[in-house]
Amino acid sequence: MSISVQLNVNGKSVKLDCPANTTLVDLIRERLELTGTHVGCDTSQCGACTVHLNGRAVKSCTILAAQCEGAEVTTIEGLGDTDNLHPMQEAFRECHGLQCGFCTPGMIMSAVDLVHREPSINERVIREGLEGNICRCTGYHNIVLAVESAAKKMRN
Amino acid sequence: MVEQSIGKSVLRKEDLRFITGNGRYTGDIDLRGQTHGYFVRSPYAHAVVGEVDTSEARSMPGVVAILTGKQVAEDELGGLPCGWMIHSKDGSEMKQPLHPVMAATKVNYVGEPVALVVADSFDEAKNAAEHVSVDYEELPAVVSTAAAQSGPDIYAEAPGNTCYQWELGEKAATDAAIEGAAHVTRYSLTNNRLIPNALEPRAAIADFNRGTEELTLYTTSQNPHLARLILTAFVQIAPEHKLRIIAPDVGGGFGSKIFVYSEETALAWASMKLGVAIKWTAERSESFLADAHGRDHVSDAELAMDEEGNFLALRVKTTANMGAYLSTFASAVPTYLYGTLLAGQYKTPNIYVEVDSVFTNTAPVDAYRGAGRPEATFLVERIVDLAAKELGVDPAELRRKNMIQPADFPYQTPVALEYDIGDYEVSLNKALEMADYAGFANRKADSEANGKLRGIGLSCYIEACGLAPSALAGALGAGVGLWESGEVRVNPTGSVTVLTGTHSHGQGHETTFAQLVASRFGISVDDVEVVHGDTGKMDFGLGTYGSRSLSVGGSALSVAADKVVEKGRKIAAHLLEGDVDNIDFEDGEFRLKESNRSKTFQEIAFAAYVPHDYPIEELEPGLAEKAFYDPVNFTYPAGTHICEVEIDPETGVTEITKFTAVDDFGTIINPMIVEGQVHGGVAQGIGQAMLEQCVYDESGQLQTGSFMDYCMPRADDLPNFTVGMTTTVCTHNPVGAKGCGEAGAIGSPPAIINAITDAVGVRDISMPATPEKVWRAIQEQRA
Ligand code: FES
Ligand code: FES
Repeated sequence: MSISVQLNVNGKSVKLDCPANTTLVDLIRERLELTGTHVGCDTSQCGACTVHLNGRAVKSCTILAAQCEGAEVTTIEGLGDTDNLHPMQEAFRECHGLQCGFCTPGMIMSAVDLVHREPSINERVIREGLEGNICRCTGYHNIVLAVESAAKKMRN
Repeated sequence: MVEQSIGKSVLRKEDLRFITGNGRYTGDIDLRGQTHGYFVRSPYAHAVVGEVDTSEARSMPGVVAILTGKQVAEDELGGLPCGWMIHSKDGSEMKQPLHPVMAATKVNYVGEPVALVVADSFDEAKNAAEHVSVDYEELPAVVSTAAAQSGPDIYAEAPGNTCYQWELGEKAATDAAIEGAAHVTRYSLTNNRLIPNALEPRAAIADFNRGTEELTLYTTSQNPHLARLILTAFVQIAPEHKLRIIAPDVGGGFGSKIFVYSEETALAWASMKLGVAIKWTAERSESFLADAHGRDHVSDAELAMDEEGNFLALRVKTTANMGAYLSTFASAVPTYLYGTLLAGQYKTPNIYVEVDSVFTNTAPVDAYRGAGRPEATFLVERIVDLAAKELGVDPAELRRKNMIQPADFPYQTPVALEYDIGDYEVSLNKALEMADYAGFANRKADSEANGKLRGIGLSCYIEACGLAPSALAGALGAGVGLWESGEVRVNPTGSVTVLTGTHSHGQGHETTFAQLVASRFGISVDDVEVVHGDTGKMDFGLGTYGSRSLSVGGSALSVAADKVVEKGRKIAAHLLEGDVDNIDFEDGEFRLKESNRSKTFQEIAFAAYVPHDYPIEELEPGLAEKAFYDPVNFTYPAGTHICEVEIDPETGVTEITKFTAVDDFGTIINPMIVEGQVHGGVAQGIGQAMLEQCVYDESGQLQTGSFMDYCMPRADDLPNFTVGMTTTVCTHNPVGAKGCGEAGAIGSPPAIINAITDAVGVRDISMPATPEKVWRAIQEQRA
């Protein structure tokens, strides 16, 4: 069965038909060809697919496109680009918070939401807040530093 | 003048694409008209494959074709080879049962591919795969490493499920030393089986071009040339010059993407057969089932000492699980990457090790970050710690007493390696200081006052990296050389394109290698582009594993850059009307000695490509040089890791309060990247020591087949790391580097278990030391 969905992705209005079982991540990656959002698992455990849905971080592999009717979706591509990086993107680079880069888009999207959500940011809050995002490369040490540093900039 | 960048934490050139979502991983690539592949996999660990009925599936929507293991056999494809021949102690060759691209007659582990469904979409392929019906006749499965040799035989050609029985060292001398020793410490251990879980699942697209008859394979590989060699020379999919392998951005490997697997091989074959492009991306469950796993040793060890605690002999008996088939490098891991490291940092005069490697009905086991060296280090650093406890001496002092001293280098170990250089005590002292070892007693008292247990543990590790001198590797059974290629192409404007046979999948080569070459030429790092991962672009190379990229690949680039400078001096001599011997090159300028005349690097590059005023009779135009660098020895990174833990005795929950790593990696190009490698390695070591365990049940079903059941280290499981460096420069490569990618995973596990057992006051807790195991140990201790 095919459904029709209309949503706003990275500031652009999108209207398309897709099978009813299409997940948000499939819509983003396969239909809109925004491949910055990654898939790292099939059990909603890794967070590589994290995007913002109406401003909150969600795992896009567990959301159906059909649930996104009228929603605002932001992916890593919409967060900031090379000439206009989001402070979180910049901090990940400056603090060496990424190695292979596969977890990075999801990690950054989760971290941005965490900073928006949590009144005070410290190591414990970051580590617990990013618990849903697996990084196999960095050991998280520099990710924590990156989020601390970006939080300062985002709050200024 | 451009600032020298060697030794500076230059931000990574590759990061901009990754942080903006512009990375290009295999799964991000779509080709026009591509189809999708999905594998039918065995649900049984051990079964005879009867009829494979594809008729129903074939009629399902979107299905293009279904290819089975029987067709692989009919097409006479070669098996997937193991690249390292190990000989048993009786001189016989290891047993290498056929590792088919897809199983035709018998399946030997759960998840083994039996058929490939090709369809227009991924969903259609997956749906159809569920309708392929395979007749299986289940056989008893062999699962346990320790009991494999007494189980039913999986292969007729490998009685007792034994692949080989290998030995190294002097048995008689070791036995005699142990016999007469004042004190012998004994230790039996299991080195837990791990699943690598790079975050990007394996993926591939095979694209056969009927016009050119060229097959392009995009794949998640750490070594695309090696994959091409195996697919052409051994499996005989296509001629080497007609197969191009591209490993674009790869999302982590840790060893698991070295190997040539069934899936990409089947895809390549099917694409040629069907004349269509086929894409496959593993679902995470498939990664758990069918990526090569790591570790999985069972060992008994004895360390003999005299009255003063001087080590006299070490005797080790290990059983190593190979899984169902020999993966690409599997046989070398528990032998030449393990037995040879049993001397550790110590002057133990007699060492003898026996390794039986066994087949089981589990996924193949191969190199995983550290590969053999973590297993050796765990054994040595645990038994040394136990010895210290038994003798009642400080574990740091027992280690210090037995360490190889700077004056002893080059040091020939009793297990075949010759260490070139190191200063182990300097790293030990620095680590003790950074960890405030002296203040531990006070912290322990504080913890106890709060009802907590506190412990501290050390590990002084060594590893052999920079694989490897080709002749030596060949003598030990390697099927390939282990040199590396590098090309430095100076462009007419003076910017530089660097091509390397190594592959970066998180290590930051695009930055480190750019720093290396930029510094040599006195140009900006931004003017150097590093290209890797495409057999169509660069010369044959051996890839990235064994912490080899900078020490071997970087050395090739260093030699190539020297050749560029040499040629540049000749061009400069012509332009400056001087003698070549009087041309110096420094800070990006070729200067004629005792004159104020000079030419910039860019001017020389331009002259080389626009040779109007040029010594054209003696010198070819152009400025691009290659080097193939074959190392003369392994490199020997070493250091000390110290772990301090606090345990809640009511729950067994263990917190690492401080983890200190002090490492000697030789020359460091980019400290930020090196520290990042240490962090990542230690995180995987903590994973092994405290969280991760691959579990199969008795019938060979994988119990830990998802991130819900297999405990990956997450941000809130780990501490911050305290990282320090010491430096002795590698004596035999032009960069002076030793490699840093694996040290964290090698050094950390024994430090952690030493700390936990110290806190609890027990001899041993097996890895992973989960809260439950720790709690039980505390209860037993109290009882
Ligand atoms: S892909 Fe969505 S959580 Fe892993
Ligand atoms: S950077 Fe590789 S998984 Fe996080």
